[in-house]
Amino acid sequence: MPECECQIRRRCNRERKMADRKLTGSEIIVKALVNEGVETVFGYPGGAVLPIYDAIFQQNQLKHVLVRQEGGAVHMAEGYARSTGKVGCVLVTSGPGATNAVTGLTDALMDSIPLVCLTGQVPTHLIGNDAFQEADTTGITRPCTKHNYLVKNIADLPRIMHEAFYVARSGRPGPVVIDLPKDIQMGTATYKNLSQVEHKTYQPRLKGDISEIEKAVAMIAAAKKPLFYCGGGVINSGLKASKQLDRLIKLTGAPVTLTLMGLGAYPGSDDQFIGMLGMHGTYEANLAMHDADLIVAVGSRFDDRVTGRLNAFSPNSKKIHIDIDPSSINKNVMVDLPIVGDVGVILDQMLRVWKAKKLTTNQRAIKAWWKRINEWRQRECLKYNQSGSVIKPQYAIERLYEATKGHDCYITTEVGQHQMWAAQYYKFDEPKRWMTSGGLGTMGYGLPSAIGVQVAHPGALVVDISGEASFLMNMQEMSTAVQYGAPVKVFITNNQYMGMVRQWQELMHGSRYSESYTDALPDLVKLAESCHWVGLRATKADEVDDVIQEMISIDRPVIADIWVDQKENCFPMIPSGAAHNEMLLGPDDDADQSGAEDGMVLV
Amino acid sequence: MVVDLTIERHTIAVLVDNEAGVLARVIGLFSGRGYNIESLTVAEIDSDDAISRITVVTSGTPQIIEQIKAQLERLVPVHRVIDLTADGANVERELALVKVVGKGNKRVEALRIADIFRARVIDSTNESFVFEISGATEKLNAFTDLMVPLGLVDVSRTGVVAIARGKSAL
Repeated sequence: MPECECQIRRRCNRERKMADRKLTGSEIIVKALVNEGVETVFGYPGGAVLPIYDAIFQQNQLKHVLVRQEGGAVHMAEGYARSTGKVGCVLVTSGPGATNAVTGLTDALMDSIPLVCLTGQVPTHLIGNDAFQEADTTGITRPCTKHNYLVKNIADLPRIMHEAFYVARSGRPGPVVIDLPKDIQMGTATYKNLSQVEHKTYQPRLKGDISEIEKAVAMIAAAKKPLFYCGGGVINSGLKASKQLDRLIKLTGAPVTLTLMGLGAYPGSDDQFIGMLGMHGTYEANLAMHDADLIVAVGSRFDDRVTGRLNAFSPNSKKIHIDIDPSSINKNVMVDLPIVGDVGVILDQMLRVWKAKKLTTNQRAIKAWWKRINEWRQRECLKYNQSGSVIKPQYAIERLYEATKGHDCYITTEVGQHQMWAAQYYKFDEPKRWMTSGGLGTMGYGLPSAIGVQVAHPGALVVDISGEASFLMNMQEMSTAVQYGAPVKVFITNNQYMGMVRQWQELMHGSRYSESYTDALPDLVKLAESCHWVGLRATKADEVDDVIQEMISIDRPVIADIWVDQKENCFPMIPSGAAHNEMLLGPDDDADQSGAEDGMVLV
Repeated sequence: MVVDLTIERHTIAVLVDNEAGVLARVIGLFSGRGYNIESLTVAEIDSDDAISRITVVTSGTPQIIEQIKAQLERLVPVHRVIDLTADGANVERELALVKVVGKGNKRVEALRIADIFRARVIDSTNESFVFEISGATEKLNAFTDLMVPLGLVDVSRTGVVAIARGKSAL
């Protein structure tokens, strides 16, 4: 039935009143989050955020996951963001809530993960008075965020809320903190949805310069020993970037290596993929890097774990660097052709130019290049010797890969030897399946991150490949997994050591294992049971497959405690301060002692 | 590629939103990444749009200077970063207030030198002068050096402000 005139008038008045109706700061915050598409907030309440929690209580659109420590909340949001491509959202209280979030924020900054972290703050009139649970949150988080805000006037709140999301996801993504004094949360203002509004000045460049792209394409076509070196930027750019990368690499026939953060950007089981590069990268990837005549760096940042000794890094190559962040270019390594812009857009432009000009690569040279690479491959640098009943950690992870590769599976890791073994032996065929703390190297990242992934993908198999020392750092989140029915699997390669610390002590400090052994570990199976998890254990090699199968089949959170060889080290390895062609391939290789002195001061 | 290791001195102008914490952001960037600050000045230049101009004099290898500019541009409240040293001719000025205390001949000599440097006396007592002098950093250095034996007791300097020559604007 059509409305009569007075009905229309009444409806218009009602709508106008609704629009003019003032909302509390907390209501504005919740509304803005919903309008930004946030479904889940990871957080922990406290005095300075009670009004926001009250607003959350009174609505149904926004789900809240209660963590056990704020550090866990940030890692969960990171896992959520990395596995979905959306902005992760965190809510913590003032003072200790905010300071506990600092590690996760730094982690997200280093690995370019989009987050918005809302922190409570004491009321504006108390700021600077050393009030209870007061901390200078914007001061503390300034160097560990992409940007931060302190809301001093509630009229600015709607703009800041939406701007924060824009900043977090635009350009090179990163964490953004909004510090919210309690009186701002309780004040009132009108709200307007500004989620489509861009920042007035912060507008990162997406398209690459066409003349530079033409040059780059010509360089690729002319190269005899080209190598694509791709990183997390490809993944951050979105699924399309990975597809375009795949096309370009297939067209050129060139080999591709990926950084730790880039795993999955190109199919790990494809023949043109020659493995991860860098400190624990494959022999063939690092030697190809060293010998290449053209390196095409795509969304990667020449990190010190990748380059090894800078003055010996890929000495004979021309270098093209594609990145959205101009400050990543020429930071560690001077390049011949920088192209600033979004990786996906630029790869698209390159493909168009390549096809329009009907270019081909130098087939004979590429064939010879592959012959070289295949010779290096024959060294089988990732080979290990699983004999007897002692479980090699590499074997455990390889079996895990074989058992889970058919599943809708996401992998997170903690930090250390197990992380490198996971990177070496687990093959990722798709982006966004691999969550690891790369830049900051945060032990304790894996479990909360896995819970965040599971919340985003309830039906998927989420495995945290873990070490026992890292796991202990954030194991309180086991309780969170139970509360929200997140059936994550924690696959612990248990050697009772901080394995990577022990490895460095062995190689560089005369095997003096100072404080790297964990005595009095908890019984992880009983620990699992006391936390309402399922605990499984494998102590012999022939038990590994059964434990993995059982772990996968259980629809509850599981700890799989895999007792592995305590003495196993992670190889290949480029010792600190060494060059790519000075790799150690196994325990029988001696580190060059002349370089060891210099390397010792490096991390 | 060959890396150029010569240390260059650059004057960089930065237009920023005049919002809380913006200066801390810029300074934190320099200290956090180990860049040098030789001088830094900041003042609001457009009150309607709340825009401030920061002039920073820094030194480093060409690679570091490029990094500094790229890192500054990455800050969200930064509108523009201009390397005045690299972008052609520019004029640089610094202002100093210099207090010289003395009697007799030294006092006369101080006044004579001030005249040569075109410094103005802006405060005077029987035993002291306050000079106002502006010019390039080197000129100010020369002036204060000469004033030391004549009774220099206090100096306050603004740091460098700079602008490009010609008709182009930021």
